[in-house]
Amino acid sequence: MKILVGIKRVVDYNVRIRVKSDGSGVDTDGVKMSINPFDEIALEEALRIREAGNAEEVIVVSMGGNECQQQLRTGLAMGADRAIQVNTEGDLQPLTIARVFLKIIEKEQPGLVLLGKQAIDGDNSQTAQMLAALWDRPQATFASKLTLSGDTATVVREVDAGLETIEVDLPAVASVDLRLNEPRFVKLPDIMKAKRKPLEVISADELGVTVENDLEISHYTPPPARGKGIMVEDTAQLVAELKTRGLV
Amino acid sequence: MSETTTEREVMEYDVIIVGAGPAGLACAIRLKQLKPDLMVAVIEKSPEVGAHILSGAVIEPEPLDELLPGWRDKPPPVCLPVVDDEIAFLTAKSRHKLPTPPQQRNHGNFIVSLGALCAWLAPQAEALGVDIFPGYAAAGIHYLPDGAVGGVIIGDMGVDRDGKPKDTYMQGIEIHAPLTVLAEGCRGHLSKELIERFKLDADSDPQAYGIGIKELWQVAPGKCKPGLVNHSIGWPLDTKTYGGSFIYHMDKDRVAVGFVCALDYSDPEFSPFEAFQQFKHHPSVKPLFEGGEILSGGARTIIEGGAQSLPKTEMPGALLIGDAAGLLNLPKIKGTHQAIRSGMLAASHVAEKGNGDGFDTVLRDSPIMKELHKVRNIRPGFNKGLWRGLITAGIETITAGKLPRTLHNHADYSSLTKLKDMKPIDRHWVKRDLAPRDRLASVYFSATDHDEDQVVHLQILEPDVCITRCGEEYGHPCTLFCPANVYEMVEDTDSTAGKRLQINAANCVHCKTCDIKDPYQIINWVTPEGGSGPNYQNL
Amino acid sequence: MSRTLIIAEHDGKNLNPSTAKCASCATSIGHDFDIVVIGASVSDIASQAAAIDGAATVYSIDADHLAKPLAANHASEVVAMADGYSHILGPSTTFGRDLMPRVAALLGVNQVSDISAVEDAYHFKRPIYAGNAIVDVHAPETVKMVATVRVASWKAAGNAGSAAVEARSASSQASSHTRYVSLESGGGERPDLQTAARVISGGRAMASKENFDLIYDLADMIGAGVGASRAAVDAGYCPNDMQVGQTGKIISPDLYIAFGISGAIQHITGIKDAGTIVAVNKDADAPIFEVADIGLTADLFTVIPELKQLLG
Repeated sequence: MKILVGIKRVVDYNVRIRVKSDGSGVDTDGVKMSINPFDEIALEEALRIREAGNAEEVIVVSMGGNECQQQLRTGLAMGADRAIQVNTEGDLQPLTIARVFLKIIEKEQPGLVLLGKQAIDGDNSQTAQMLAALWDRPQATFASKLTLSGDTATVVREVDAGLETIEVDLPAVASVDLRLNEPRFVKLPDIMKAKRKPLEVISADELGVTVENDLEISHYTPPPARGKGIMVEDTAQLVAELKTRGLV
Repeated sequence: MSETTTEREVMEYDVIIVGAGPAGLACAIRLKQLKPDLMVAVIEKSPEVGAHILSGAVIEPEPLDELLPGWRDKPPPVCLPVVDDEIAFLTAKSRHKLPTPPQQRNHGNFIVSLGALCAWLAPQAEALGVDIFPGYAAAGIHYLPDGAVGGVIIGDMGVDRDGKPKDTYMQGIEIHAPLTVLAEGCRGHLSKELIERFKLDADSDPQAYGIGIKELWQVAPGKCKPGLVNHSIGWPLDTKTYGGSFIYHMDKDRVAVGFVCALDYSDPEFSPFEAFQQFKHHPSVKPLFEGGEILSGGARTIIEGGAQSLPKTEMPGALLIGDAAGLLNLPKIKGTHQAIRSGMLAASHVAEKGNGDGFDTVLRDSPIMKELHKVRNIRPGFNKGLWRGLITAGIETITAGKLPRTLHNHADYSSLTKLKDMKPIDRHWVKRDLAPRDRLASVYFSATDHDEDQVVHLQILEPDVCITRCGEEYGHPCTLFCPANVYEMVEDTDSTAGKRLQINAANCVHCKTCDIKDPYQIINWVTPEGGSGPNYQNL
Repeated sequence: MSRTLIIAEHDGKNLNPSTAKCASCATSIGHDFDIVVIGASVSDIASQAAAIDGAATVYSIDADHLAKPLAANHASEVVAMADGYSHILGPSTTFGRDLMPRVAALLGVNQVSDISAVEDAYHFKRPIYAGNAIVDVHAPETVKMVATVRVASWKAAGNAGSAAVEARSASSQASSHTRYVSLESGGGERPDLQTAARVISGGRAMASKENFDLIYDLADMIGAGVGASRAAVDAGYCPNDMQVGQTGKIISPDLYIAFGISGAIQHITGIKDAGTIVAVNKDADAPIFEVADIGLTADLFTVIPELKQLLG
């Protein structure tokens, strides 16, 4: 089967982001960009599934301008077989991303779609679930373990109460969580090999999807700073204060 | 380097360059311009070109005009012409403007971010066909059977604290090339190894270094004067410690501020970081930063020895260029133009000859060396203190370095006075309230990142010395000279001395101060896992 | 029509406090709101929900195949009810984050994630970039508004309410392609550090691995999770999965008590979204006091036993 992996170009997790002084966005000028860390984990999982003999092809997909080809090439260097860039301009909201993905699914007919559980910029955590809904297929979110067995997958999910196990029939969509795996390093010679792997560029129009971003996002501000609170004199006062605030 | 029994995979190039700084990138670009068919690769330990480099910086543009003639039409993102130059002498309370010496006249020069400049050079190199590999550390030299340099060994990745392979273990490959160009910058660890091995410094003075600590600030509106260049000497340093400050006003209300301390200071309890922070609190400086915020910060050592300390820059199979050799012009506090020129010179030499033989002679006959020769006596003049140094500098400037004398440099590591012999110095330092409050807060702004589960990359070659001798003789100066609080002496009831050395390797900003200043020379800085380290932005 | 529907979260026995927090958000939005409890044998939970202040009606949908929250099943139930509502809310817990986007996509609308404040019925604030920026989101008024509510930002609504409870029949069939297998509760009795509502941490001043028992005992007394600063982990006092901070876990408990932690920025980054930060440190100049809501300059070895006495 084929595995589709969605990867997003995001501000690197090490970057200390700053809000632009006019509130129009986050300052990404000259800032390091990388593959969304959860997406890297998704790609690593896809590669392991292929290496175990349960898939023939891993395809990385990214949506955005030509800059995201940098991340697609990194995906190819990690081991993906080919890459697809859906050339779009501006921000995309998850519903549109899901619709675009569905078109690619219709074309590629994958057995599994792996996505990161959320992107570290938007923190939406929606795309995998929306895609599964539109595709009318299972969603296995926050996966920390994935085991394939023929036409089904057993997925352990990280939920608030602990670890939940579900079973889904393929094809399915899974979103991956931090503890699923640790992505491999890229070997230098593979960077060179990646330059020769196929990277296809298509437009959202060609896929017949209209970009619909109807949530208006504006007025970016830094979080309110925590200020100094009160000092208490002794333990008794501390406890009294905690009780007053209903914390103990 | 971890021992390995499996043979490493090999990639081959005609030239492998270690370090994607201005020297390395200029060399790569020039090589491809002259010989487009050459296979050239640049290895860079930082995760992205520019992430590990920082400098003031005011650069002389002429070498860039030579290398990339159209560059002024498509300049790097941070690039402002210098509008005004001021140099001042500070006392604890006052500021006295000084006449600007010729080396400090910056008309025609540009204020840049060196990191942004390198990030701007890199795609131009790639467009010419250079393969640039950020995120990979050259951890060792590949020696040929006859002892010549045959390339580099990339560090293994995914190795745990104890040196054992983790699940993500990836063996580093070897890159073989008939020519290896070391462009690691000041006190590069492979350069250090090669200088020792080939005794390249047998005929030169000991090298001299300084530590530069820098912050980029967003100041309150109305305070920034784009294009203004400010330098100072005097307070907060005492007359026996050489160094000074810089403040460069950029665009978008951004101001670069930094401080350089020569590492031959003698007070074991001196903290360069603290001196920098004190400078920001000078009455003539503080108002600029009040109401502002730090955007990023970091530190790097600077090579100061100049002509007398320049080692031989060629050896079988390899060359040293840029500050890996030591070409910075200290009185100008500029090294970038020299680095670019040396990269270009090496490239043209190799393109013509087919190898590096004779490069050292060519370098020493070149304008690069002439520039160093002219100012050679200024830095060592300060070995006798601030006032004698200023006089010597004045004389040397007026005579354009033509006096038939060459003063000598002394080693930095042996310059500390023992604690028992120290007389207390009243530095007139003040209580501080500008950010960052301490080194740990400062490290935060370097965005330095190391997987904590890896071999500690600061090797202490004789660990007992810390407990048995250093405490008593010097009081653990590493805990003070490191700008990133890597070294701490912590209480330890299990230790006979009641304390032990704690190495917070993850804080390291790769400045190399410890490797240089440690009085026993038992600290050996080696590269951590590729991609680790600072993530400087616009520094 | 302007009416809000809240999808209740429960574990089969008890209502999760996240539901009452959604109720507070719904109250801010301003429309009348109903709650729907979906599961198997949920009448007791429905009664609990009916006590939430402000709820008009609590619907219970009871069916065997709905016993466990599988988005594939639950989403159909919500969509079947959606007609009567302009706003549909779920909590931003793993339950709500799994379910709500599926609902939104089935209804053909975008979703607003993690509402941290309500400006008006179609205007919200939410955190992005891991809370390093806050943005305003304007949702279109012409379509349904589906959202998750950031539970750490809302107080639970009171429980003096008395909503009507109405049973509804399930409209979905058991999903053919997704099956629940099992749940393994977080190991041990101590709450997991990442999600605990209360966390107590120790720093280097704890001085030894054995001394951390003081922290564990106090934590168990109040049902808190336990964390540590990087310095404590580096010193070998505890394993590194207890590390809280920039390179460890980033947590947002309602209450965070730090014993002997100086409060370097790297640590504060890990707790900047905590509800109330309490710091106990011998050093009055420790940076943690600049961000602590309640600070006590004292020796932790004196304070911890005193706390145990007063709280025990």
